[in-house]
Amino acid sequence: MTTRLSVTGITKAFGATKALIGVDLSVNAGECLALIGENGAGKSTLMKVLTGAHRADGGSMMLDGVAYDPSGPLDARARGVAIVYQELTLARHLGVAENILLGNQPSRFGVIDRKRQHAIAREALEQLGLGDLDLDTPAGSLPIAQQQLVEIARALTAKPRLLILDEPTSSLTAADVDHLFTVIRRLKTQGVSVIYISHFLEECRAVAEHYAVLRDGASVAAGAMANSSEADLIRHMVGRDVAEIYPRIPHAIGDTVLELRGIAGKNKPSDATLALRRGEILGLFGLVGSGRSETLRALFGLDPITRGTVLINGQPQTHRSPRQRLLGGIGLVSEDRKCEGLALNMPIADNLTLTCLGPFSSAGLINRGRQEASARSLMERMLVKAAGPAQAVGELSGGNQQKVAIGRLLHHGCDILLLDEPTRGIDVGAKAHIYRLIGDLAAQGKSVIVVSSYIPELLGICDAIAVMCRGVLSPARPVAEWDSHTILTAAIGATDAINAEEAAIP
Amino acid sequence: MSTTATDQPNRALRLLSKLGPFIALIALLVIFRIALGIGDSPSDFWSATNLRIILVQTSIVAIAACGMTMIIVSGGIDLSVGSVIALSSVVAGLTLHHGGDPLLAITAAIAAGMVAGALNGSLIAAFGLAPFIVTLGMMGVARGSAKLFADSSTVSFPTNWLGKLMQPIPFPNDATIMKALVVAPGVWLAALTAVGMALLMHKSVFGRSAYAIGSNEAAARLCGVRVRTNKIAIYALAGALFGLSGLLMTSQQGQGNPTIALGMELDVIAAVVIGGASLSGGTGTVLGTIIGALIMSVLRSGTDQLGWPTAWQEILIGAIIVLAVGIDRLRNRRAT
Repeated sequence: MTTRLSVTGITKAFGATKALIGVDLSVNAGECLALIGENGAGKSTLMKVLTGAHRADGGSMMLDGVAYDPSGPLDARARGVAIVYQELTLARHLGVAENILLGNQPSRFGVIDRKRQHAIAREALEQLGLGDLDLDTPAGSLPIAQQQLVEIARALTAKPRLLILDEPTSSLTAADVDHLFTVIRRLKTQGVSVIYISHFLEECRAVAEHYAVLRDGASVAAGAMANSSEADLIRHMVGRDVAEIYPRIPHAIGDTVLELRGIAGKNKPSDATLALRRGEILGLFGLVGSGRSETLRALFGLDPITRGTVLINGQPQTHRSPRQRLLGGIGLVSEDRKCEGLALNMPIADNLTLTCLGPFSSAGLINRGRQEASARSLMERMLVKAAGPAQAVGELSGGNQQKVAIGRLLHHGCDILLLDEPTRGIDVGAKAHIYRLIGDLAAQGKSVIVVSSYIPELLGICDAIAVMCRGVLSPARPVAEWDSHTILTAAIGATDAINAEEAAIP
Repeated sequence: MSTTATDQPNRALRLLSKLGPFIALIALLVIFRIALGIGDSPSDFWSATNLRIILVQTSIVAIAACGMTMIIVSGGIDLSVGSVIALSSVVAGLTLHHGGDPLLAITAAIAAGMVAGALNGSLIAAFGLAPFIVTLGMMGVARGSAKLFADSSTVSFPTNWLGKLMQPIPFPNDATIMKALVVAPGVWLAALTAVGMALLMHKSVFGRSAYAIGSNEAAARLCGVRVRTNKIAIYALAGALFGLSGLLMTSQQGQGNPTIALGMELDVIAAVVIGGASLSGGTGTVLGTIIGALIMSVLRSGTDQLGWPTAWQEILIGAIIVLAVGIDRLRNRRAT
């Protein structure tokens, strides 16, 4: 087995911040390396160094035995190193083919050769089993999963020797993930090396032969996937033993506080009935496109409800607006933290108190001191790691941003919390914090609905789980009656695989 | 896969959104024809004379709006159009005044616009300044420079062929249809510019890069598009077109004038927006912009002949801009 890429002693600093303090790793030809580490461990910086977006300050890289020091993204691509970024990087107004070849269009004298552009795009999409996609459809109008595949197609057009996938499955359904793995395995047999970055350790195990762990900008462990347990990997990542990722905090369940009776939205959900009790953590599972987020949105008054009733504390609700819901003590944390959750360039204090400024304003003027004091106490309670309440939320890590988003609902005094994918894109350590926080809230008598596409966390923290399938919500059942297999079966809603695939492609 | 089923209405909607401004233009032409009576006297709305006037009036705005389309598609804005036009006018006037060749005057006017545009683009690209602010500054700088160069008065120059760009080519035959086709060279220049810009924006790497930058700048950068260089080139090219537009205005007025095109940035931006471009970037076409410019001149001309006061014209055009954007918004919401 020959070494495709070897990286030795890479360092990189931004001003006073040392992002990488010594990274070593190597990938063999035709193999997959899982790169794991918490957010902030330096994975993104390392990827940017590998793809030429950043230049390393020190250390060396070898690609197929030749010194490798790309001058920019295009140079890296030309040498056969391609990346699929975690954040979707499509120009949503441009067509699929144009996106696939963006920055790399086949052209003569500056005029794009559309025929060739289409042919290359078609070939790349066929490799991904998306041969029948309309190449002129604006990328922004595709479902997220297909957008992700278009990004991968873009990377494939570079005919990469080394393909880097940064959290490629964060927006994919189980069926799409399987499909992606098939593609990765096929690429490996063609001799392509893959660096696979993911928070999902079981995914890493499914595709990777080796792993490397980054912590605080340094490589702390590496080895064969087969020889290490999940607990080992987590210990390497967080630098300590995680005895309990899913803390079981005892909490008492009371009377019903929220009820949905046969709720239907414009497209989805088509029929959602559930009851949430005081102090209960209710999990809502569904594949992408099943209507689980839409149910929360309809419940919160963001999307219209065409049929059915919402009852809060037994009172049927006639008004449907987010404002009315907040007044009724319901709060929502959107799955899209960056666009719908937080004002990223505003201070933590403002983000925490945005919905309820009354307590520290008089005559319409905000008393900054009291606002910050209130924010500070909330930050202590939620264990938000930040320089202070005046720091911009956008500068925090994903986990801390999520704590701020949840903290806002607490400041508002919400008793019913709707959390849509509360742990998306945050690392194991921060996830554990969020789980503990949810448990604490339930112990204080708050009721929580958690929407997630990650089954282990639902099984780990929920009292009951309901599954959404094509807009229909199954009755909630106690968590003890579920396991991964039964949840997935219910979510697919059918026993045959063909239906499963249809359900997964919205 | 259910894509084909959802694609059909999407396609129809996309087509409709492209045709929307065009339908509006046709409707306006018909409405004014009916309102102003049918016939072939020179005062009639569809008479060759009147249509030629409309085209001449449109061409100045249209050329500038072609440049503006590219800027807006790339997610930018340029408020300095009117001032840059005045600067080019003065530069052209002074070149001729001092005995320069008309060709030299043309080059100088376009170069002046290009320099102003390149300066805008460089400040925006190199320092990450907001286009709104940079070009707001340029609005003052270019206007002031124009006045400074011209000593705050108009610049006269000897008569030559450059002064005839906006007059119809004399045509011996009296056939009315032909008379409509025999438009001023300036109109042909505008048509050529539009075709050239449309090809550039749709067929070239440079043009598609402008769309990519406007649609998702970070993505474009990650894909290796040279965002800074492209931005400078976009503003410089647009500046050159503003210069050309200023040249036509100089020709129309027969003098260089530092106070022309006051407030014209609004007309130019309105043409682009009515034509379907989004101010947040990523969408817009040259064809749409040309139709947008035509809609505005047809409205002006029609309401003029109906005897409406200018005050009402201004209100109407203002309302139409908001309406056009509102319809666009509605359509996008339905499409998603």
